[in-house]
Amino acid sequence: MGNHSSLLPLIYLLLAVLFIVGIKQLSSPKTARNGNLLAAFSMLAAILITSAQEKILTAPIMLIGILIGGGVGLLLAYRVKMTDMPQLVALFNGMGGGAAALVEGTELFEKLGAHAPLLLARTIPMTVGTAIGCITFSGSMVAFGKLQGLIGPKASKSFILKALTLAFAAIILISATFFLIRINPLVYEVLAVTAFIFGIVMVIPIGGADMPVVISLLNSFTGLSVAFAGFVLRNNLLIISGTLVGASGTLLTQLMCRAMNRSLSNVLFGAFGASPGGKGELAVSGSPSSNGSIKQISLDDAAVLLAYAKNVIIVPGYGLAVAQAQHQIRDLADLLGKKGVEVKYAIHPVAGRMPGHMNVLLAEANVPYPQLHEMDEINPEFPRTDLVLVVGANDVVNPAARATKTSPIYGMPILNVDQAEKVVVLKRGMSPGFAGIENELFYNPKTYMLFGDARETLQKLTAAVKEA
Amino acid sequence: MSAHLLFSLYVFVLAIFIGFEVISKVPATLHTPLMSGTNAIHGIVLVAAMLVLGAAHTQYQTILGFSAVVLGAANVVGGFAVTDRMLQMFKKKPSVPKDGNRNG
Repeated sequence: MGNHSSLLPLIYLLLAVLFIVGIKQLSSPKTARNGNLLAAFSMLAAILITSAQEKILTAPIMLIGILIGGGVGLLLAYRVKMTDMPQLVALFNGMGGGAAALVEGTELFEKLGAHAPLLLARTIPMTVGTAIGCITFSGSMVAFGKLQGLIGPKASKSFILKALTLAFAAIILISATFFLIRINPLVYEVLAVTAFIFGIVMVIPIGGADMPVVISLLNSFTGLSVAFAGFVLRNNLLIISGTLVGASGTLLTQLMCRAMNRSLSNVLFGAFGASPGGKGELAVSGSPSSNGSIKQISLDDAAVLLAYAKNVIIVPGYGLAVAQAQHQIRDLADLLGKKGVEVKYAIHPVAGRMPGHMNVLLAEANVPYPQLHEMDEINPEFPRTDLVLVVGANDVVNPAARATKTSPIYGMPILNVDQAEKVVVLKRGMSPGFAGIENELFYNPKTYMLFGDARETLQKLTAAVKEA
Repeated sequence: MSAHLLFSLYVFVLAIFIGFEVISKVPATLHTPLMSGTNAIHGIVLVAAMLVLGAAHTQYQTILGFSAVVLGAANVVGGFAVTDRMLQMFKKKPSVPKDGNRNG
């Protein structure tokens, strides 16, 4: 490390502080963008300083690698639609995990080639880091595939998959132990490949709706894997940054689970239907209301209801995000506003495909910020509201969460749209939401169902409101 | 246990606590950008990837290290860019176009 060795750790300490301040600022709306730029600056400094220190950036292969990776990253980041953001985060996260595993692997082979002694202080983080990195890589790719629609989004409760998951976990543990006792490159490769497959079978059974939680969890995994790479390379900046992400990512995962009233183990090991007292009781809880029938409403009638309401609350959900109808909903809201209708948006904490995602989508469509209202703020207003327009949301407006103790979503905070005068639910079909349960709201006498693709229907609805 | 390892463990444990403390209160609105931002920060692995690629001797090591650099660079650059793009959306708030403020 030459004569700079006393200076570099100090610079690393400074950069680590910048990362911490950056994350801190990211968690407050006013400073968030600043925080991101600060962290990016710190990252750039870390890369340049390390390069200068090790005189490695001049190597053509290094530059080519950075240009390819950076170019692809930049292109994806600016090309991808806002609605597809979550899977992009998954993709980048997987890349980070893969990189961490590769770093640990390269370091192992380098040390083996040089016949350098490998102590447990290095081989343990090497093993754990590689396993986690490989799991994150393949797991994130599956999460990406599910959100992108390349892999079926349905939750699967196959026992074969569960058995396979356990089997692969066992192989990972055995090969890791074996590797630690007797360093062997082949065993290491078996470990890496098994962890890769484990990541796939771990994420495949999880439903698409739970992907945000899974991505957040895998994000913190990658952080840990990077921290372990820091132990392997004896680099404190890596340890600090990786651990920061690991810890804050874990907390963020918990926050997300809490917003959905689910436990992490429930997300990972049991899809809603599979939880104890699942399907059977669901049918029971759904049945009294299913006795009633749903009422459909025509486009024109819905337009009249909207146009002559005093105030309307719009509840956008996952379906709106999938249909990319954020611009259409804004057009409708603007038109209603011109007609003198007071319009507000009620944003459930987990609306969209990820917590906070709906705010991003509506901001993209230039929805005025004062119109957006969080759940706690808007819930008292529903009883005074003429009409609620639910677009592609389901479980977050299901009154069963408030009333039906046996319901799997019981206790989940919901938007109390059933307290409004009238409710129009725009939905693709009668299919249940992520939780796979009936929604009593649809059978409520004051609810009208409007079936169709969110984007197309909203366009037609706007046209109809113009006429009304 | 070497002094260096012990020191690293100190750093590791303290960083865990900082990681938990630093984001104690986050509005749900920021969950996605925060996840994306921390996602970019673990792209620091690019530094490690550059170090191991710089030290690679065999072709196998070079391939592994090079792949790590490519993946790490994509993680860093894409991660920060996408986070900034998300947060830019929130910035538009004050300059609402057209008839934005009628309900204000």
